[in-house]
Amino acid sequence: MKKYDAIVVGAGHNGLTNAAFLVKAGLDVLVLEKNEYIGGATVSRELHEGWMYSNCSYVCSLFRPEIYQALHLGEHGLEVVPLQGSTTFKQDGDYFGSYHQPAVRRREIARHSKRDADASIRFDADIMKWCRLVRGFLLRTPPDPASLKIRDAMEFAYLLKSFYHLTESQIYEFIRFFTMSIAEYLEEYFESDAILAHFSGGSIIGTGLGVYSPGTAYVLLHHAMGDVDGNIGSWGFARGGMGAVSKAIASSFQSMGGEIRTQAEVQQILVKGRQATGVVLATGEEVNAGVVVSNLDAKRTFLNIMERKDLPDELYQRASNFKIRGSSGKLNIALDGLPRFPALPIGSPLTLGHMHFTDTLERLERAYDDWKDDCWSSDPYVDTLIPTQYDPTMSPAGKHMMSVFVQYCPAEVEGGWTDAKRDAFGETVIDQIASYSPNFKDLILHAEVRTPREIEAEVGLTEGNIFQGELTLDQLMFNRPFPGYAQYRGPVKNMYMCGSSTHPGGGVMGAPGANAAREILLDLGRENTTPEDFGDD
Amino acid sequence: MTRSVIIVGGGHNGLICAAYLAKAGYEVKLVEARDRVGGGASTVSFAGGYSVSGLAHILHSLNEKVCRDLNLAGAGLKAGPAVDTISLDRQGRHLTLGANTASGDGLSQKDIDAYRSFKNEYRAYAAALDPLMMNKPPRLKDMDGRDKLTLAKIGMKLRFGLGAKSMREFLRVGGINIYDILNEVFDNESLKGAIALDAVLGHHMGPRTPNTVLAYLHRLRGENQGLPTLPPGGMGQVTQAISDAAHGFGATIRTGEKVKRILVSDGKTSGVELSNGEQLHADIVVSNADAKTTFLDLVGTGELDAMFAHRVNQTRCKGTVAKVYLALSELPQFGDLSPEQLGHRLLVAPDMRYLEHAFNFAKYGEFSRAPVLEITVPSIADTSLAPAGHHVMSVSAGYAPYELKEGWEQQRTIFMDKVIALVGEYAPGFEQLVVGKEILTPVDIEREYNLTGGHWHQGEMTIDQSFMMRPVHGSAQYDTPIEGLFLCGATAHPGGNVTGIPGHNAAQRILKTQGESG
Amino acid sequence: MAKHDFKQVLEPTPFHARVDEQSLVKNWTSWNGYQTARVYDTLASEYFAIRSSCSVMDLTPMEKYRITGPDAFKFLSHLVVRDISKLQVGRVTYVLWCNDEGKVLDDGTIFQLAENDYRLCSQHHQLDWLLLSSLGMDVNISKETHEVAALAIQGPTSCSVLTEAGFRGLAQLKPFRVLQTNLHGFEVMISRTGYTGDLGYELWTSPENALELWDAIFAVQNLYNIRPVGLDALEIVRIEAGFIMPGDDFNTAETTVRADHDRSPFELGMDWVVNFNKPYFTGKRALIAEQALPIRRRLVKMSVKGNKPPADSFLYDGKSGKRIGTIKSQVWSPILKANLAMADVEYRNGVAPSEVWAEIYYQKELEWRATWAECRIIDKPFWSHPRRSATPPGQF
Repeated sequence: MKKYDAIVVGAGHNGLTNAAFLVKAGLDVLVLEKNEYIGGATVSRELHEGWMYSNCSYVCSLFRPEIYQALHLGEHGLEVVPLQGSTTFKQDGDYFGSYHQPAVRRREIARHSKRDADASIRFDADIMKWCRLVRGFLLRTPPDPASLKIRDAMEFAYLLKSFYHLTESQIYEFIRFFTMSIAEYLEEYFESDAILAHFSGGSIIGTGLGVYSPGTAYVLLHHAMGDVDGNIGSWGFARGGMGAVSKAIASSFQSMGGEIRTQAEVQQILVKGRQATGVVLATGEEVNAGVVVSNLDAKRTFLNIMERKDLPDELYQRASNFKIRGSSGKLNIALDGLPRFPALPIGSPLTLGHMHFTDTLERLERAYDDWKDDCWSSDPYVDTLIPTQYDPTMSPAGKHMMSVFVQYCPAEVEGGWTDAKRDAFGETVIDQIASYSPNFKDLILHAEVRTPREIEAEVGLTEGNIFQGELTLDQLMFNRPFPGYAQYRGPVKNMYMCGSSTHPGGGVMGAPGANAAREILLDLGRENTTPEDFGDD
Repeated sequence: MTRSVIIVGGGHNGLICAAYLAKAGYEVKLVEARDRVGGGASTVSFAGGYSVSGLAHILHSLNEKVCRDLNLAGAGLKAGPAVDTISLDRQGRHLTLGANTASGDGLSQKDIDAYRSFKNEYRAYAAALDPLMMNKPPRLKDMDGRDKLTLAKIGMKLRFGLGAKSMREFLRVGGINIYDILNEVFDNESLKGAIALDAVLGHHMGPRTPNTVLAYLHRLRGENQGLPTLPPGGMGQVTQAISDAAHGFGATIRTGEKVKRILVSDGKTSGVELSNGEQLHADIVVSNADAKTTFLDLVGTGELDAMFAHRVNQTRCKGTVAKVYLALSELPQFGDLSPEQLGHRLLVAPDMRYLEHAFNFAKYGEFSRAPVLEITVPSIADTSLAPAGHHVMSVSAGYAPYELKEGWEQQRTIFMDKVIALVGEYAPGFEQLVVGKEILTPVDIEREYNLTGGHWHQGEMTIDQSFMMRPVHGSAQYDTPIEGLFLCGATAHPGGNVTGIPGHNAAQRILKTQGESG
Repeated sequence: MAKHDFKQVLEPTPFHARVDEQSLVKNWTSWNGYQTARVYDTLASEYFAIRSSCSVMDLTPMEKYRITGPDAFKFLSHLVVRDISKLQVGRVTYVLWCNDEGKVLDDGTIFQLAENDYRLCSQHHQLDWLLLSSLGMDVNISKETHEVAALAIQGPTSCSVLTEAGFRGLAQLKPFRVLQTNLHGFEVMISRTGYTGDLGYELWTSPENALELWDAIFAVQNLYNIRPVGLDALEIVRIEAGFIMPGDDFNTAETTVRADHDRSPFELGMDWVVNFNKPYFTGKRALIAEQALPIRRRLVKMSVKGNKPPADSFLYDGKSGKRIGTIKSQVWSPILKANLAMADVEYRNGVAPSEVWAEIYYQKELEWRATWAECRIIDKPFWSHPRRSATPPGQF
């Protein structure tokens, strides 16, 4: 029977990235995927005839350009088109538009507050400082603070050295940024309600925290430190939908000789003599490999496809307590035409970007309070986009597709989710948008409503958590996914993790996949095929 | 020549700092605006003939080293009886929590065992922070020898004191919320609620707010020295003892004199000016006031760098707890609790969801519809506090946000009656026993005790306002941008609670930088 | 609240109708978000209008703030590093201000308009910093960039032109003094200030009078050569005059992301502006500490031998020696026939390098070449003229 050098469980973008770097180093690699399509949450699917939905992740900016370059994704068909601007609609009929054009953007901020327009200069420079710092850690393996090994000490020294490029007060400011709530952090700069609400939205996307919860300021970076061609903080659409990202990685992987099997659900990782030796599929088939890498989240990896006896008690406990909360929902809507937003000036470019309908911090925080009580937000925070304005491949001519990301939607509601409750959740969201767009409801041809239940059932993300685990201090860096297991290695030999449950966490970034590949290749004594950070200076 | 010091404010930290400096031979003058020393840790009388601790009502963490160094026992400090915590239950299934023991109807053996190991583990974390607590917070650049020593000690304590496993766990939990931790460890909702209260009361936080584990560790540091106590004569007796000790070392203590400003010229302080216009000159001024009062009111922004002043102004310092004093004609009946049990620390904190809901209101400038309470009846142990047969009850009630949307003027009585009614839900007929009542909202606390925002801890004790960022970076090592001016209050590291550590550390810092002896 | 026109990227100034009319090449750029001419016609004609006759420049985009209230002076004195206690009504002074670390945020001028009433002009957006600095002070601060139209009339004949245009009393106006006057019934404030190192004035009026003011000046064009000039000509004359430009010659502190990329006044050679014998100001402690140490680097005026433009050049302590700095801005001075530069140069032990060489890359017909040129550090302005400060300025 054939024995692969490595098996990657799950064909999400990180699994594929990981596999691609392994195959690049000359390994014989097999990727196993339970669904009939690849990509995991980085996927586009035709769920309504003629329409492609990027029905999970929907924008691309964090994806590491180093990986893009190293895997030649452009040559494998990936095209990321920058999208322009974002809007927060206000309840009083006005709006705040964050335009792409800097001079226009500045004037629009000044329309709401002259002071805020000037404060945004200070804010942008400060955020850039933290971005520069954190980006330097993305393509590195976190050191173990309790370790006495030389490599960990050196990695710690690197970490400390990065801090030493800051002034003393900047070090403290960074710690503050890292531990504060986004609302309180922004209040140190801005005064306008709409601007505060607009900038803080990114910090709660995907997380079970509110805008006033300490730790959320940092989450902003997971949405702000991405870039498209050097434009920090700007977002992009993958032409053809997010599935194009995973397709390109898969194509790169396959062009180097890698093998992918879909509809091949892994039931168990085989462990013999405290060594991973392969996997058993749901069909009962055994596939052997020298190395097994799990792209699944930490809970699924350890509680579903590994046997209890193969896990140390502590790890089992940690996996059970791993915080991976469903807090987001998603609507994918096929539209008969472009919805009108009468608040915006005619011809406004703002409909080309993100649109939000929550204009105060209090409304954002109240949305979180609902979630704490296991209810979906009655006045949710939504992030809508109409990518078909840029990308003609995703809908029939003249028709459009709207992607609506919704915060908050709990993994469990009282009495459990039912289809009726799911639809009621969808109605809540549609009603909110419709109150800013009179023709919106009439345009709806089809709507796919996804609560954490649907996301989990289909993609296999526990509780539908988009980051494969909360991005809180206890689950970041050397704590991700668990203290002592942050270096991609599992509890048994030859078993690794490469999903967003590992450092540096969620977002379509590719970094966990690449980092895991680096560690595997190191253990195997192979050449390191993963790229280094481009660096900024 | 003897170095002279003026201490602005006679709270417990100001008194402790005064005592240390006087002991070292400095010429110390302490000026207190109120007519008695003690600040939040004092005893007040109300309703004609009843006495009660002013703000703090339980002594749970006065630092041992401070007591020893200053011989506070010799100065008359009496600890009083140790108290357990009893979490009240409407159905009478009260829980009793000691340092390591938990008991009560419906508590499983698993939870009882978990409580012991949890408390041991978390007390060990709190102890690991000791080197950090008892020293000035190290600077993270341009460290001096002491900073390096402090960091090395923490590193050693964490890695070799706790061991790799506990160290990792400590680094995991240090920055997060108590809600997740308690859910990981316990099953009983009432038990979780009671523990969570210690992590949130006095802070603008609910159980789900990250940083509550840190707040809880601060509470546990006291437990490493012994159980909380109700000092006879109220907290005023404690601070009076410290005051006497300071006096004994030669410090002069002047009450009823409010400092209007701290004199600064050429970046240096030269003393203070009182509100009556009198100027007192000294080589060193130590402020027991909070950072906002010290820098923005007493020093003035004109003497400070703009961003520094902005940082001070941005510190979060809004109180969330109201104090209710009740005079009772007799002891209330809480189910089957004996009078002896009533003498312990009673909580209304039925579960974490209740606490979280109570906190939700505070976020929007409203008081809790169902408040969270910490109750003591100090007159059980100390009958001198009330007329014969009568009793006093002291209630800390959350959440009562400083910035109430509707303003406190109209709402204060409504909230007080709500608190009384809530106690009545646990002790039927309670309302009829109340013969005198008084409430201090955070706004009242601000006015009465000169605490900005009426905040217990002179500033939220979140990570961004702790350690080398407390009260703000640039003034986190007790010294300030103004030469000769120091901070010694809870506004400085390691923050609030009646520990005396800020006063101790500030004195050490002054002795180190200004000369070991006056 | 009016929705703003997203199609209008750059804002027009109140003079825009005339500026647009006079601009032959339509070479626009953004100056603080306003549509501004780089060049109207040819650079040479505009440069020589400034140096030999009379130039007109639309100064409206310069940031302007009004500071009033009982603590206005206290606020300004605490803001800037300079001693401004001698400032009085009708006078102007040059200032710069720093952050807490003593790094320069911006420079500009303060006009005292009346008791407790000042105007602060700056290069960059400063409202956030001004408001932030006003904590605890009884002062009102508002941005009035858009509410005040401003023109710079600079050049040897500027006094004659303005007098001919109908303004009285200019001859006696000393440098850094202000004249409140009027023209055709509307109020105009004239200050003898400028950015050219030559005789010149700046005129301030309400936006609705802008076009009339412009027309009144150009009405005497039949007597004098008057030309509107753009930012490119200004760049030459300001370097000739030795004026620094925040954001070009050094990175302003507020926008600095990388440590050590900002500059203190000492490092900009602006020691003369800093005064420690005044009440506390933001950055004082840091600057006192910095002054106690030998200076590490300095922004210097430098003339570069030859005629090859040392744009973006690295500087060395000898031909092919150790790298010691970079050129920040440079121009060819038509009047001095020399390459003039502002350069950031490392000092060793507080001492300027004895020798500085620039490595210059330049192209001829798209073929790139490299050469070395010796540089000379100059302490004084490259060019100055007695008429700049003569009162009365005399007839030219």
